[in-house]
Amino acid sequence: MTQLTIDEVKRHAGLARIAMTDAEAGMFAEQLEDMIGFSNKLQEVDTEQIAPMTHPLPLYNVLRKDIATDALDREKMLKSVKDHEDGQIKVPTIL
Amino acid sequence: MNFETVVGLEVHVELKTESKIMSPAHAHFGAEPNMNIHVIDLAYPGVLPVMNELAVDFGMKAAMALNCEIAPITNFDRKHYFYPDNPKAYQISQDDRPIGANGWVEIEVDGKKKKIRIERVHLEEDAGKLTHSDEGHSLVDLNRQGVPLIEIVTEADVRSPEEAYAFLEKLKAIIQYTGVSDVRMEEGSLRCDANISIRPFGQEEFGTKTELKNLNSFNFVRRGIAYEVDRQVDVLLSGGKIEQQTRRYDEATGKTLLMRVKGPANDYRFIPEPDLTDIHIDEEWIARVRAEIPELPDARKERYINDLDLPAYDAMVLTLTKDMSDFFEATVTAGADAKLASNWLMGEVSAYLNAESKELDATALTPEGLASMIKLITDGTISSKIAKKVFKELIDNGGDAADIVKEKGLVQISDEGTLRTIVTEILDANEQSIEDYKNGKERAVGFLVGQIMKATKGQANPPLVNKILLEEIGKR
Repeated sequence: MTQLTIDEVKRHAGLARIAMTDAEAGMFAEQLEDMIGFSNKLQEVDTEQIAPMTHPLPLYNVLRKDIATDALDREKMLKSVKDHEDGQIKVPTIL
Repeated sequence: MNFETVVGLEVHVELKTESKIMSPAHAHFGAEPNMNIHVIDLAYPGVLPVMNELAVDFGMKAAMALNCEIAPITNFDRKHYFYPDNPKAYQISQDDRPIGANGWVEIEVDGKKKKIRIERVHLEEDAGKLTHSDEGHSLVDLNRQGVPLIEIVTEADVRSPEEAYAFLEKLKAIIQYTGVSDVRMEEGSLRCDANISIRPFGQEEFGTKTELKNLNSFNFVRRGIAYEVDRQVDVLLSGGKIEQQTRRYDEATGKTLLMRVKGPANDYRFIPEPDLTDIHIDEEWIARVRAEIPELPDARKERYINDLDLPAYDAMVLTLTKDMSDFFEATVTAGADAKLASNWLMGEVSAYLNAESKELDATALTPEGLASMIKLITDGTISSKIAKKVFKELIDNGGDAADIVKEKGLVQISDEGTLRTIVTEILDANEQSIEDYKNGKERAVGFLVGQIMKATKGQANPPLVNKILLEEIGKR
């Protein structure tokens, strides 16, 4: 089994925008290894003849008709944002 | 050293559904900011997206029109990224099982036909729109968030800016014919990015590519690629290395500018979307959608050449947009000669549309109106010159050409007796011109014809005027 490094944990935390100290990363590395170890058991199963599965429920083609029915009221939405201007959400510029 | 241009294109096309891909909010363009929003698209806690069946139909239809195979089982994935245009912090897209794959589009450049392969066509949701200010903030409009999109990805088969242009024109026409999108670049319902690299001729391995964004017209795509290729050649020839970058085309200068360097941090962490089910597409579904695909531009082009005897060039121009092609067919159905209809549509009509920046359906001209005018030209009632006056009336105010001709007294004078009287009068008043003509000044005839046309307000039948004029001069 591969050893998760603190750097790897911090990289993944960074991708998910989660701030993390080295000590926390060390703790999570251990926990994540347990989890990966558990799921690695699945690798032992022969899946040669099994179709790939993307969903745990045996459901497919849950679809709706193309009908526009309702919208979220703009004023209500704007109440939940930090700042707004001319009906639009105001955010710091990120390029 | 000579380099070969290698380009792959990614084209996003917004689908013309009434509602959004995962929510029942309106999807149309042009609403006031944040009026077409929904809790599902804004990722409020506890919401559950449900796939729009028509968006799936449209995705299939576009994929089939691009000669793709349709996946029997397809699913959706979450593509994670953080940006204010994306309230869920992931975009619902398709990763490894796109709805369509392995298609192609045939293009023609300099008389040479070539197939550009389509790697994949996948369904996804559009993101919101950001307007950046100079004061350090941006405004977010989430109307576009959740509008259904297809992304069309080509193989790196494009070898020149001209091929890219031809591909986009063809792609636009095909999608427009299927009716799944307005494909209007100016409204953002068609957007294009280009992946550009160069390699020495003969080398199989691809060079490092740069991604070019902000290409807001097909012309900018063509110019942007040309500039970027030159830039890469300069870098390599001066001993440098191409860096994997995202660049944007600057319309003002025609240059490409660095946006960001692509690094390993660019990891979208795709996972299957657990809130949506797989989609199973059976033969029956495929057959139903296939039956809805109308005749596509290439088939129409062939038909115009073979059945209507149009030159290949005419057939190509007329089929570029469905509007023009439909209008042409209706004009011919209304009784107009096909070649004359083609000439008028490619000539006067197109010139008018360009000058007025209008679409065909925004004018008063109808296929029946145009056909009524062409019929009057064909049977000799009006000359082409008079037709231009009638045409102006038809395209400005509509109506029937025969009525306009009657109302304005524009009928061509083809009565020999009437014309002979006028010719005689003009000759009597211009004896010097007759003298000049007899002394070998051919131009004098032109002057006399001009006088006759002036006297008849341009309504004299030109061939007949010439004939009578020469006869009468001969008698003197």
